[in-house]
Amino acid sequence: MTLLEMNHVRKSFDGTQVLRDISLSVAQGEIVSVIGPSGSGKSTLLRCATMLETMDSGELIYLGERAAWSDGSGGIVYAPKKKLKKIQENYGLVFQNFNLFPHFSVMKNITDAPISVQKKSREEAYALGRELLKKMGLEDKADAYPFQLSGGQCQRVAIARALALQPKLLFFDEPTSALDPELTGEVLKVIRSLADLHIAMVIVTHEMAFAKDISDRVIFMAEGVIVEEGTPEQVFASANERTRSFLGKYGDMGRG
Amino acid sequence: MSLGRMVSQLAGGMFVSIQIFLVTLIFSLPLGMVVAFGRMSKHPLLQGAVKAYISIMRGTPLMLQLMVVYFGPYYLFGIKITNSYRLWAAWIGFVINYAAYFAEIYRSGIQSMPIGQYEAAKMLGYGKARTFFTIILPQVIKRILPSITNEVITLVKDTSLAFTISVLEMFAIAKALASSQTSLLPFAAAGIFYYVFNLVVAVGMEHVEKKLSYYQ
Repeated sequence: MTLLEMNHVRKSFDGTQVLRDISLSVAQGEIVSVIGPSGSGKSTLLRCATMLETMDSGELIYLGERAAWSDGSGGIVYAPKKKLKKIQENYGLVFQNFNLFPHFSVMKNITDAPISVQKKSREEAYALGRELLKKMGLEDKADAYPFQLSGGQCQRVAIARALALQPKLLFFDEPTSALDPELTGEVLKVIRSLADLHIAMVIVTHEMAFAKDISDRVIFMAEGVIVEEGTPEQVFASANERTRSFLGKYGDMGRG
Repeated sequence: MSLGRMVSQLAGGMFVSIQIFLVTLIFSLPLGMVVAFGRMSKHPLLQGAVKAYISIMRGTPLMLQLMVVYFGPYYLFGIKITNSYRLWAAWIGFVINYAAYFAEIYRSGIQSMPIGQYEAAKMLGYGKARTFFTIILPQVIKRILPSITNEVITLVKDTSLAFTISVLEMFAIAKALASSQTSLLPFAAAGIFYYVFNLVVAVGMEHVEKKLSYYQ
């Protein structure tokens, strides 16, 4: 079954159209990368999909459940709050700048939502937390506070925090853009390792080699529209002029 | 008059000063939060009313406000002012004045929080109340603590203004004793009292700040 479906999504900020009739679907377990120049609407697309931003019109569906739809007169209707909350349990989001809770220890950052939102027992949440930290290579950081960690470590904690709620789909909003170049590798490695968890992932990224390598499907966006989508091989070898000109800026990584 | 009698009279006033101090804090700290939410409300009428209230509280002397609270009921509504109302008037006057100041401190703290904290909480499924009380408020408290300390120290000294409506707090008694005994000793004692009181407040608040310095 289709996990996420977005149909004819439009969004403007102060009269500037950022998303112009975007449609997109993600299957269960699928890994989709969204690439494109800055200002192409990639992040806005993610923010609309996660409902951090409301769409102007269009349709948003998770597992067949409609979260939002056009009301027929150009406006948009969102499902009742209770239903949205339920729908929201399907996905998580990893932010560009982590947004960890600075006053919580690493372990509390990861376990607080499972305990207080999902009502898991402390033991269960901590066991899962320890397991996730191990997966992130941070088992010795459980009691540290975010300010004591490097950016790469913070981002790995943020990934663990999102995974702790066991979502079916994880969105990444430029997960390495706020990191020093030497720290991006460790985060990308961790994201790669998630592929065996069979969680669907939608990754907005500027790391072309990574996108090419990890994705089942690559979406190239520019000026608020999807210019092209397909397998990494198709998109990275595209004959489309717009795609080529963008990928050309990334040098050899984009071709080959 | 013996020194012992003087001290015991001052001690009585000290008790009233501390009482005004505690009552003001206990009620104005939470009330300030309610006012801050009113101030940040999207409802224009509520926001405007709260803005006006804060503006008046900050823009007129506390001394005058105390007099309005004390004498107002008589001049406005002809209600007879009883003796026991005196202390009540002081409490009410201080609470509504300090709530306005605390509200602005809370507002500055809440508005300085990065939006990412709210978004992260939303993505993790926290409700609005839980987000505020477990994610936002603890961080706000840490940020605003120095400003709160400032206000609390001012409050210690401001309690002396209650003498304008003849509440027999520390300063009123010191003043009466000074003139009846033609001695500056009561004033010196009062000065020492306020200073020591504030020293305790400052040390206490520093302790709290230190306790919250486990994160940045």
